[in-house]
Amino acid sequence: MSAMKEKDKMFSIVLTFCTLFIFWLLLSAWTIYLPDPYDFSKIARGVLAAAVVTALSYEMFVQDRSRKVLFNLGRVLPYIVWELYQILLATIDVAYRVFGVLPVDPRIIVFPTTLRSDMAQFTLATSITLTPGTITIDIEPEEGVFTVHAVAVEPAESLTVDQGMQKYIGWVYREE
Amino acid sequence: MLPIDILATIILATGAFFMMTGTLGLLKFPDFYTRMHATGKCDTFGQCMVILGCVVYEGFNFITIKLLLVSIFYLLAGPCSTHALMKAGYVTGVPVWKKGDKRA
Amino acid sequence: MPFLVIGILIACTILVASYRCMVGPGTYNRIVAANLVGTKAIILLIMTGFVIERPHFIDVALMYAVIAFIGTLIVAKYAERAELCSP
Repeated sequence: MSAMKEKDKMFSIVLTFCTLFIFWLLLSAWTIYLPDPYDFSKIARGVLAAAVVTALSYEMFVQDRSRKVLFNLGRVLPYIVWELYQILLATIDVAYRVFGVLPVDPRIIVFPTTLRSDMAQFTLATSITLTPGTITIDIEPEEGVFTVHAVAVEPAESLTVDQGMQKYIGWVYREE
Repeated sequence: MLPIDILATIILATGAFFMMTGTLGLLKFPDFYTRMHATGKCDTFGQCMVILGCVVYEGFNFITIKLLLVSIFYLLAGPCSTHALMKAGYVTGVPVWKKGDKRA
Repeated sequence: MPFLVIGILIACTILVASYRCMVGPGTYNRIVAANLVGTKAIILLIMTGFVIERPHFIDVALMYAVIAFIGTLIVAKYAERAELCSP
């Protein structure tokens, strides 16, 4: 891991330093800028803190610059809004099962998907955890096989029979 | 009270109600895997609702940005730790409850 | 006033979780209960910050959220493999 190219090393150092400095400004702005604006020694503290952390950990954030992640902002934002609505439905579903309105009948299912990149598999695993009635247990990264624990019959069938979520995530990440 | 105070109190009460439902599920469910369903989902949503109620109460200044950072971090970290514990339990061999067994 | 009521309700939730920590056959039920107590502690810190009217508690809550998350991951890895790093 310490054999990084020079171009990658410079890009990683600049990116890490800028991100850490912006976070420091966000977290401590209300004590610095509101009483007594734009003092140079206070900004110097932020620059020093960000520089120390960057020197210790710049190798961690940019691993392989040549592998582009296909990312389109117009497709990710509707997905995030849909995901937050699914969290609300999931919590109401758990409340129904606690108070006895719907039955509890758990089972474990194993099913294959067509997603291969690690970003798409991570997004599908988090979405399965935040959807009513299912939690991911295990992922096999080569074949795309998911092991999922479902609380009842209907959430299990919406994953294996309908496959709506796999098609949606394949559309967001351009059919990977 | 101002109407924005009443809206903030309603959002806070919703968050606290869902957190208490999640903890009742910890007592009532019969198995380790179903208890993780209750805590993993209700805890994440209830915490985000409580912090959203504090944000609505306060207005928009620098303290609100810090609260939103806590909320976004927990929205990503909660399902991750749920999945890690579930995988550890499954690989080690905790028995799965089917309908008609004894409670565990 | 509403922050004090919410804080007391969540403190009662911690008592219920500690019952599951004592009874609860096996290791994994107890790990789930301890994780729940850590989550509720973040909310209690923010509520205390609003009741006393000192906003410094939110920094402590942010740091504790990060540390509790990493602690849960380490405990899960140790319970799965019975070692932390292979020699």
